[in-house]
Amino acid sequence: MANESEKMYTGDNIVQREMRMTNGTRNDSIVRGFALSSVFWLLIGLVIGLWLAAEMVYPSLNLAPWLAFGRLRVVHTNGLVYGFTLAGIFACSFYMLEKLTRTPLAFPGLAKAQLWLFNIAIALAALSLFAGMNTSKEYAELEWPLDIVVVVLWVMFAVNVMGTLVKRREKQMYVSLWFLVACVVTVAVVYILNNLAIPVSLTKSYSVYAGVNDANVQWWFGHNAVASVFTFPILAMFYYFLPKSTGLPIYSHRLSIIAFWSLVFGYLWTGAHHLMLTPVPEWIQTVALAFSLFLIAPSWASVVNGFYTMNGNWDKMKSNYLVKFFILGITFYGLQTIQGPTQAIRALSAHLHYTEYIPGHVHMGTMGWVTMIITASMYFMMAKISGREVHSVKLANIHFWLILVGQLLFTVTLWIAGIVQGAMWKAVNPDGSLKYTFLDSVAAMYPFWTVRLVGGLLYFAGIAVFAYNLYMTSRPKPGTKWSAAAAARSQAA
Amino acid sequence: MNVNSLYEKPVLFALAAVVVISVGTLVTTFIPLFLPSTQPVSPLFTPYTAVETEGRDIYIREGCNNCHTQTVRPLRAEVARYGDYSRAEESAWDRPFLWGSRRTGPDLARVGGKYPDAWHYRHMANPQAMFGKSNMPAYAWLAKAKLDTSLTARKVKVLGFGYDEAEVARQLAAFRRTVTAPTWPSAQERSRVTPAALRGELTELDALVAYLQKLGRDLMAAQRAAAGPGTAEAAEKKNPYAGNRTAGEEGEKIFEENCKVCHGEKGAGGFGPKLATTKHKFGGTDADLFTTVSGGRPGGMPSFLQPLGKDRIWKVITYIRRLESESR
Ligand code: HEM
Ligand code: HEM
Repeated sequence: MANESEKMYTGDNIVQREMRMTNGTRNDSIVRGFALSSVFWLLIGLVIGLWLAAEMVYPSLNLAPWLAFGRLRVVHTNGLVYGFTLAGIFACSFYMLEKLTRTPLAFPGLAKAQLWLFNIAIALAALSLFAGMNTSKEYAELEWPLDIVVVVLWVMFAVNVMGTLVKRREKQMYVSLWFLVACVVTVAVVYILNNLAIPVSLTKSYSVYAGVNDANVQWWFGHNAVASVFTFPILAMFYYFLPKSTGLPIYSHRLSIIAFWSLVFGYLWTGAHHLMLTPVPEWIQTVALAFSLFLIAPSWASVVNGFYTMNGNWDKMKSNYLVKFFILGITFYGLQTIQGPTQAIRALSAHLHYTEYIPGHVHMGTMGWVTMIITASMYFMMAKISGREVHSVKLANIHFWLILVGQLLFTVTLWIAGIVQGAMWKAVNPDGSLKYTFLDSVAAMYPFWTVRLVGGLLYFAGIAVFAYNLYMTSRPKPGTKWSAAAAARSQAA
Repeated sequence: MNVNSLYEKPVLFALAAVVVISVGTLVTTFIPLFLPSTQPVSPLFTPYTAVETEGRDIYIREGCNNCHTQTVRPLRAEVARYGDYSRAEESAWDRPFLWGSRRTGPDLARVGGKYPDAWHYRHMANPQAMFGKSNMPAYAWLAKAKLDTSLTARKVKVLGFGYDEAEVARQLAAFRRTVTAPTWPSAQERSRVTPAALRGELTELDALVAYLQKLGRDLMAAQRAAAGPGTAEAAEKKNPYAGNRTAGEEGEKIFEENCKVCHGEKGAGGFGPKLATTKHKFGGTDADLFTTVSGGRPGGMPSFLQPLGKDRIWKVITYIRRLESESR
């Protein structure tokens, strides 16, 4: 396979050439700003997640209207999807863009403005959701004025991505850049169409779609928000930072091409797997089921690509502290993309839909795949930017084990809980009457919820270690351009 | 053209990506928007009243949909637990839809009319006082907030419910007269949770309860009308467990789990009438009691035929007979 033309577009040489560039990028401060914002919103979002998990066991923790579970859950999801993950995507995207195009960002001023506007928007988003201003549509809860701000932010981002790509000095676009472009266009399309609403006041609006259509549009959005926030850009990071941190080229570029197009094509058909056995037309559900199963193939193409990249070099799992994050991350991605499609099967959906099993699925993806990849990418990037090694490999290892064990405790517990819960809801006596009241099924969940809380605490401890380690790594090293800039700033002050 | 050149032309590449994501979007989402069969409309299902609209917005504001679903799936156990499965027509007026994705609490699509208003006032104010194992937050503060109706007319207009501002004002005034009247059946419980200053006003809790009482009602009314009088299934006549001691003990357990919240400790009465008596509101023969428990009665007695089954209903009735004799 390794003939010249294959080599040409394996991106192999792109990564090689880029390796000879100096450390960091032209816009280190923007990358650094987004990375630290991301970690900040991660910590906030997790504290809220812990509070939620505790409220499920101790309802008296619903201390005030703005702390009540129904409002707080939305702050958790939005804080982590939009605050943590998007900022992480922005940081890594700007970094990868400059590296892979060998060109500085097209509009650095715009990126700086985006950083400020982003943090203001997330803060306002959190406040408005605490106040109960929400549309109720999952992951699209923000009311219309903030939707407009999100769209503006996205346009700013897209302009820089496309502008830099157009100006690029590297002829070929590496696979990470394709996923980045896919993320840019998909988020734009699904976010705008799902949020179309008619305002009645500054803080209240009604969806333009009614009933079944609203549900169908919402979950077409919902699933593709997962695709374009938790999948495409995270794969972009994986395809870039794994080769970068190991020096090994991606195993097969042909596989990434097939994987890319079929993944991007397939995802958009599957929204209704969130609506199995509801009044959504049956054919839409069945099409969604078929495409959900189909998605296993392109998802696993990336998993296989990752594993084969390590072929013959598995000792790096031990010798290179970052490799285990990437390999465990892609493994959870692989498990996630087997589990997800099975949840779409009607018979299994009948048992698992609405149960604890689904938050189990969600958190393997977010705590296993997304945070493994983002935090490892940030270590790598931050060390490059500040021109030093990571502050402490030992702490990075502690961080790894804590988030791994915390996540497994959390997710495996909820899968079991979900299966038990579904079975209790379904259990009938020989005469067709129900074996358990709803409250029986609630009572059975308390032990599981307690273990989940413990898992969450372990995971949080790991992330706290990460935040400290990353912050220490981000401090400018004497004698680098970053510290010179910092010194100049403090002199001016 | 060399295929590889696609990876050298970012704008073309982005356009290609847009085309690729459009196919599934068009087929599964865009085209269905224009098919009337996706969201069928039926006159059996009426829009929300002004008060119910405000109640629905409070449901949205508090994020109740994060723990409660509003879709009963066509599965045997689910229909037995909640009631008939959800129809597409029922959602025709719902902007946004509120089907939910998690069932930390039970489904609510059939809760309308299941319990009396008083039940909801007490439950919303303090769920744990009624169900010790519940993890639902207490919403007592909703009763301490005056309902803001300044936008109601505008909302109803945007939602296209088909009545005007004058009608909105009339509905709000009429509803206020109803719930603030001292003779209203749930007046006592409402006054208990509502601060004195707001007892003559509409509160957020009033609106929320009104909304809950609407859920599923149109479907149930339509089905009652279709069934017509007298076609209700012939009731069982005689209790096979009459005088059976162990059945009575089992009945006691069933009573404590399912009936006590409304009918009180040992049937002393609560939201529901006193049962430790020989005078029953809907008749005291075996057949009468069976009909009441299995089919439910208007005013907040739920139907227990599906969830409990005949056998357990007879056992509960055996226990009620014991309460009767103890009351003599
Ligand atoms: C300390 C770690 C965490 C804890 C304790 C936690 C806790 C929770 C809880 C209690 C829920 C509500 C589940 C329910 O309604 O039954 C939830 C939902 C959710 N969380 Fe987390 N979480 C954590 C980490 C994360 C992370 C890192 C992310 C994303 C990057 C995330 C994203 C979500 C999402 C998307 C949902 C909604 C799931 C659904 O709709 O099924 N969580 N979380
Ligand atoms: C081939 C890939 C995947 C498929 C087919 C898939 C399928 C599904 C299905 C069927 C559900 C709904 C379950 C239910 O409510 O009954 C679901 C929920 C969810 N999945 Fe996946 N999944 C996939 C990958 C992922 C990945 C990689 C993530 C990353 C974190 C993820 C995150 C989520 C989230 C956040 C939800 C909860 C949505 C909600 O109800 O709020 N999924 N998935």
